[in-house]
Amino acid sequence: MSDALNNGGGGDRPLLTVRDLKVQVATQAGAKTVLDGLSFDLVSGETLALAGESGSGKSMTALAIMGLLPKPMARIAGGTIKLGADELTGLDERGYRKIRSARIAMIFQEPMTSLNPLMTVERQLSEVLLEHDICDRSEAPNRALKLLQDVRLTEPERRLKQYPHELSGGMRQRVMIAIALACDPEILIADEPTTALDVTVQAEILDLIRTLQSQHGTAVLMITHDMGVVAEMADRVIILREGKQVEAAPVHDLFSAPRTDYARTLLAAVPRLGTAPARPVSESRNKIVEVDDLSVRFDITGGFLGRTVARVHAVESVSFHIREKETLALVGESGCGKSTIGKALLGLVPWDGSVRVNGVQTLGRSRAAMRPVLRDIQMVFQDPGASMDARMTVGEQVVEPMRVHGLAKGSELDDRAEWLFKRVGLSPDMLSRFPHEFSGGQRQRVCIARALSLSPKVIVADESVSALDVSVQAQVLDLLQELQEEDGLSYLFISHDMAVIEQVADRVMVMRLGQVVEEGPRDAVLRDPQHAYTKRLISAVPIPDPTRTRPPMPDIAGVENTSPIFSVGQSPVRIKLTELKQGHRVARSEAASL
Amino acid sequence: MSVTQDIRQTPPAPGSGKSRARVVLGELLRRPRAAFGLIIIALMVFTAVFAPWIMPQDPFEQSFDGLSLMGGPLPPSGDYILGTDLLGRDLASRLILGTQTSLIIGVVANGIAVLLGAGVGITAGYFGGWTAAILMRFTDLMMAFPALLLAIVLAAIFQPSLMIVALVIAMVNWVQMSRVIYTETRSLAEREFIQVQRAIGSGPFRILGKHLLPHLLSSIIVFGTLGISTTVLLEATLSFLGVGVQPPMPSWGNIIFENQTYFSTAPWLVFFPGLLIVLLALAFNLVGDALRDILDPTLKGRH
Repeated sequence: MSDALNNGGGGDRPLLTVRDLKVQVATQAGAKTVLDGLSFDLVSGETLALAGESGSGKSMTALAIMGLLPKPMARIAGGTIKLGADELTGLDERGYRKIRSARIAMIFQEPMTSLNPLMTVERQLSEVLLEHDICDRSEAPNRALKLLQDVRLTEPERRLKQYPHELSGGMRQRVMIAIALACDPEILIADEPTTALDVTVQAEILDLIRTLQSQHGTAVLMITHDMGVVAEMADRVIILREGKQVEAAPVHDLFSAPRTDYARTLLAAVPRLGTAPARPVSESRNKIVEVDDLSVRFDITGGFLGRTVARVHAVESVSFHIREKETLALVGESGCGKSTIGKALLGLVPWDGSVRVNGVQTLGRSRAAMRPVLRDIQMVFQDPGASMDARMTVGEQVVEPMRVHGLAKGSELDDRAEWLFKRVGLSPDMLSRFPHEFSGGQRQRVCIARALSLSPKVIVADESVSALDVSVQAQVLDLLQELQEEDGLSYLFISHDMAVIEQVADRVMVMRLGQVVEEGPRDAVLRDPQHAYTKRLISAVPIPDPTRTRPPMPDIAGVENTSPIFSVGQSPVRIKLTELKQGHRVARSEAASL
Repeated sequence: MSVTQDIRQTPPAPGSGKSRARVVLGELLRRPRAAFGLIIIALMVFTAVFAPWIMPQDPFEQSFDGLSLMGGPLPPSGDYILGTDLLGRDLASRLILGTQTSLIIGVVANGIAVLLGAGVGITAGYFGGWTAAILMRFTDLMMAFPALLLAIVLAAIFQPSLMIVALVIAMVNWVQMSRVIYTETRSLAEREFIQVQRAIGSGPFRILGKHLLPHLLSSIIVFGTLGISTTVLLEATLSFLGVGVQPPMPSWGNIIFENQTYFSTAPWLVFFPGLLIVLLALAFNLVGDALRDILDPTLKGRH
C-alpha cells in the first residue's frame, strides 16, 4: 500500500497528509463509523481520485478535510489531517476560514445550488477576492474578469453582470471553478463536479480542470462514482467501500490489474461503449406504439394580462414507432425534449399530433378517458426515492394501480403483490415495509413492480437507472432485459448515457432541441454515426480505460440556435430526415453543411 | 370480505382499516408526553360535560361573603379554592362552567377553521389554474376583511350567541391555514410521486386524499394546535364587545378580559384562566406532535 501512496510526486513533500481518518455520524442506534482508517498523501500537481459507490464515505472525506462536516451529527473521531505542517483536525471556525478558498478550495456537484441566485457573478467573485485580501475593491472587477477568462467562459464581460439563472449548467460550473481558483489554492477538491452536467459539457469541464491544474500546479482531489472520469483524470485512485479503503493504486495498475474482488466487480459493472452483445432484429413484429408528428409546446406568459409571449418548442414534429418486444432508446442532452415525449405518451402533458398505443388513438383524451390506455403503457421514473409515497407501505403502492383500475380486490391484491415482488427479485416479506427502508436499487425494483402490476405492453423508462450505482445499475438493466424476454415487453428507454443505451437498445433516436437529428438501428447509429451532434455525444463519453485518450470532440458549426424558445408566430426550422441505409435516417440538410 | 378472513388477520397489520385507530391510540398512550396531553384533554372534556355537577358553588351568585371588607375580591382560600372575582362570585365554579364555552370555541370553531382552510388550500394547490385563482383571491379577500367588523355585522343580523362566535372565529381563522397548505400542496404536487399517480391513472380525489393529505398532516397539526389559544382569546375579545357570550355566562377568555386591569391586586383572576388556556393549547400540541410522528413512517423509532 505504501508504494501506491507515495507513487505520485517522485519524492515531493506531500501537500496534504491524511492518516487513519475516522469519521462518525450520530444515529439512533449510537455512533456509526462512516469513514474508518483512511490514509493518503496528496502531492503538488497530481490528481488523486476517491472512487466508490453511494455511502462509501467519499464525500465525507472531502467535508472532513474542509471542516464542513454537518454539526453536530458528524465528527472526526480519530486520525490526522495535515495541510503542509498544519494540523487541520480540531481547528476552529476562525482558523478554517483562513484555509478554505485560500489554501483548499472546493467545487460541488450542483452548480446552481452552490451559487447565490441573488448575486451577480461579479459580486460572487469579488466577495471571495475581498474576503481573503487578494486585492482591493477597485481592482476586484478586473481580477474577476481575468478569472472568467481563465476558465474560458464565453463573453466574460457580459457574464460578470449576469445572475446564475441566466447561465447554463456548464457555465455555472465554470464560475464555480473560477471562484474556487480565485485565491490560487494549493488543493482543489472536486466533489462529483460533472455528475449533474451533460456529457459534452462534462468533457469540457474535465478538460478545463486538467488545463488549469497543469498551469497552476494545483493538486486535485477528485471525488467521483464514475470510473470513466477516474480513468480520464486520475493519477492515482483510492477505492472506498462502506468507509473503508479497499484498494489504492496508480490508475493504470488499477484498470489493468485490479487486486481486490471489489475493484474487479466495480470495473466489470461499468458499461463500456462498443462492448454490448448483438441483439436480434425485430422487423416483422407488430407496432405497439405509433407516434406521428408529435409536438409539445409550453406557453411562456408575461405582461399585464398574462398573454403568451413566447413558446418553448419542447418537442417539434417527432415521429416514431415501437414494435413488440423492442427497445427504442431516446438519447440527448438535458432539455432536448426526451422526457417530454415520454410524458406525452402517457398524457401527462398536453400535446399535438397523433399517438397510437396498441392501436388506440390517444389524442384529445381526458384524464379519465386515458385510463384504459394507461393499462397498456406505464412509466418508471428516474429517482425511485422520489417516485414513491414515503407514507405508504411498498406493498400497497405496488398494487395501487390495480386498485385504481379496479382489477382486483381483497386477498387477490395481496397475492398479486407477492407475485410482483418475486417477479422483480424481492422477497415478499418486505411488502409491509416503507420506501425509506430500502436501498436505491431495491426501490427501483419496487417501482418496476408497480409499473408491471397492470401488465402493460410498453414501459417508458425515463432515466430509470441514472440515479443508481453502477453495480446496481447493471442488475436493474438485467432485470429489464429479462422481463422483456419473458413477458414480451417493449421499452421506450430514455437516457443521456450512451453506454447504457448501447446495452439495451434495438434502435436509437438522437434528439436535439426537440427534434430528431438521427435515428436507426443501434449499431448503425452508435458505431457509424452520421450527424455531427451524434458524433459529438459519443466522443464525449469518458472511456473507463486510462490507456486510451478520448478523441477531441467535434464542434457543431453552422447551427446557431441553442434554445428551443421561440416568440409567438415563429417556429423552429423543421429538420427533415433522409434515409441512408435500412432504417438509418439522419438530418441530411444540416449534416451536409458541416 | 367475510368475517373469518378478518379473524385470520392477526396480529393487526398497521394501516388496515378498523384496527388502525386502536394502534394509534396505543402508540399515543405509550408516549409519556402524549399520554399527559390526552389525559388533560379528557379531563377538560369531562369537566365541560359534567360542569353543573362538579361546580363547588353557584357561579352566578354574587355572594356577600365573597368580597373582602373593602369590597375587593378574595384570594384563594378554604371556602373559595381559587378565590372570588370582583362581584364576589366563586372563580373555580366560573372556570369550570367556562370550560364548556372555551372548549367549544377552541376545538369546534378552530376545528372548522382547520378543515375549511386545509380543504380550500389543498384544492387550490392541486388543481391550480382558475380554481386556484378564484379560491385564493377569495382567501385574500377574507384576509383583508376586519374580523371584528365581520363579527359585529353578524351579531347585528343574528342574536349574539356562542354559535355566532364560533362561526366568526371559523370564518376568520381559516385563511392563514389555507395559505400555508396552498403553498405546500403546490410544491408537493410537482413531486415525482404525484406524477406517478397521474401516470397510473389515479383520480384527483385519490391523489388528494391518499397521497397529498398525509404529507400535509404535520403542517395541519401544528397550525391547528397553535390556533387553539388564539381562538380562545379571540372569543374573549368578541365577548367583550358584546357580540359573543353574554354576561353573566363565563368563559376563560372573558374572565381574563374582565379582570386584567386588576392584575396587580388580584393576580389569581388572570393567572388561573390563563393557565387553563395554556394547558389546553399545550395538551393539543403534545398530542398533535406525537400524532404527527406516529403517522410518519420515516420517523419510526425516533422518539
